[in-house]
Amino acid sequence: MCLGVPGRILDVQEGPLRLGRVAFGPTVKEVSLACVPEAVPGEWVVVHAGLALERLDEAEARRVFESLAELEAGWGERP
Amino acid sequence: MRFVDEYRDGAAARTLAEAIRRKVTRPWTLMEVCGGQTHSIVRYGLDELLPPEVSLLHGPGCPVCVTPVAIIDQALAIAARPGVTFCSFGDMLRVPGSAEDLFAVKSRGADVRVVYSPLDALALARELPDREVVFFAVGFETTAPANALAVAQARREGLANFSILVSHVRVPPALEAILASPQRRVDGFLAAGHVCAVMGTEEYGPLAAKHHVPIVVTAFEPVDLLQGILLCVSQLEEGRAEVENQYARLVQAGGNRPAQALIGEVFQGVDRTWRGIGPIPGSGLGLRPAYAAFDAARRFGVEGVGGPESAACQSGQVLQGLLKPMDCPAFGKACTPDHPLGATMVSSEGACAAYFRYRRFAPVEAL
Repeated sequence: MCLGVPGRILDVQEGPLRLGRVAFGPTVKEVSLACVPEAVPGEWVVVHAGLALERLDEAEARRVFESLAELEAGWGERP
Repeated sequence: MRFVDEYRDGAAARTLAEAIRRKVTRPWTLMEVCGGQTHSIVRYGLDELLPPEVSLLHGPGCPVCVTPVAIIDQALAIAARPGVTFCSFGDMLRVPGSAEDLFAVKSRGADVRVVYSPLDALALARELPDREVVFFAVGFETTAPANALAVAQARREGLANFSILVSHVRVPPALEAILASPQRRVDGFLAAGHVCAVMGTEEYGPLAAKHHVPIVVTAFEPVDLLQGILLCVSQLEEGRAEVENQYARLVQAGGNRPAQALIGEVFQGVDRTWRGIGPIPGSGLGLRPAYAAFDAARRFGVEGVGGPESAACQSGQVLQGLLKPMDCPAFGKACTPDHPLGATMVSSEGACAAYFRYRRFAPVEAL
């Protein structure tokens, strides 16, 4: 139920619902960007039930994999 | 970066599983709170990658599963009325009330529609001014802002034919109930990532401190879940009990303030009964008096409607992590996804349905 799908903002129309088109791979849907007032086209958001919940932070997204490299470096040879 | 495929990488998952193996010295029991996390764990067989010391319990975070039978019965009573167009997320249609489900009412001619968003129901209310359009507003904090936005917008537009049947629940009171139980088996939590994207992590600090339990906000893909488990197990091994954020690419400590403002404008805290578990004080959201005109239960006079749930269903034990689905005598026999006794077998995120789908008839997708 709390499924959130990452998508890239294509455009935004200002208004109370701040509707905009968001691309989820090949699928494009109209969603409300009312809760991400600073989000602009080109940025990624996570959408749930037709509402963008928050913007995705690309630097933080990469950090998960940097921490993996640090783990393996700490082990030396792979077991 | 596509924000999905990267987090399903098998090599990364194996590295994390190895890190967990190296870290663990004693048995630990973790609970993933959200049904979406349960689904990923069972689908990808993540529990089978873990060392034997680490056990996972599946938590109560499936709103379809915890919506009380009485509110399903109220939904059935409203949907059956002539002149009503009843809108719902798809997975609520097969949830049994005390006698039948929304599909049964639909098959007798009721106008029951599956929508993707409460904003779709709002659009229907504009298109069908002669019909009463009702949206079934179930969900955790993740779904509350979308429902609040729909109601606030209906008021702005003066859409008098729109209302919502509310059964909103909140995560922290449920975690408190699980931690305070004398049967508590949980050593650490993987908190629900999207709930925290909305609400932030501030409500979890007092829970972690009071019960000395690590709480790691965790996302939903295999790499995310394994990293959340590693962070949680590391805290347990080191004697720490902190709130940590594995889902930093989305979740901020303060959460999403505009979403919280919408929830606060439209909803207020109420006591709520959870299906299979019972009443939990302050665990729900209901409409504020200023928005009472949009309360479908009141509009259609169904507040007193509601029968008992099946005595054979042990979903309450499953939802609290006290019983594994396959240990229920009805699992796969009297209770299947086609003929569910309770909601944990209905929802695709219910623990019983996940085990039935991925462990009995389908091979586990290997990483």
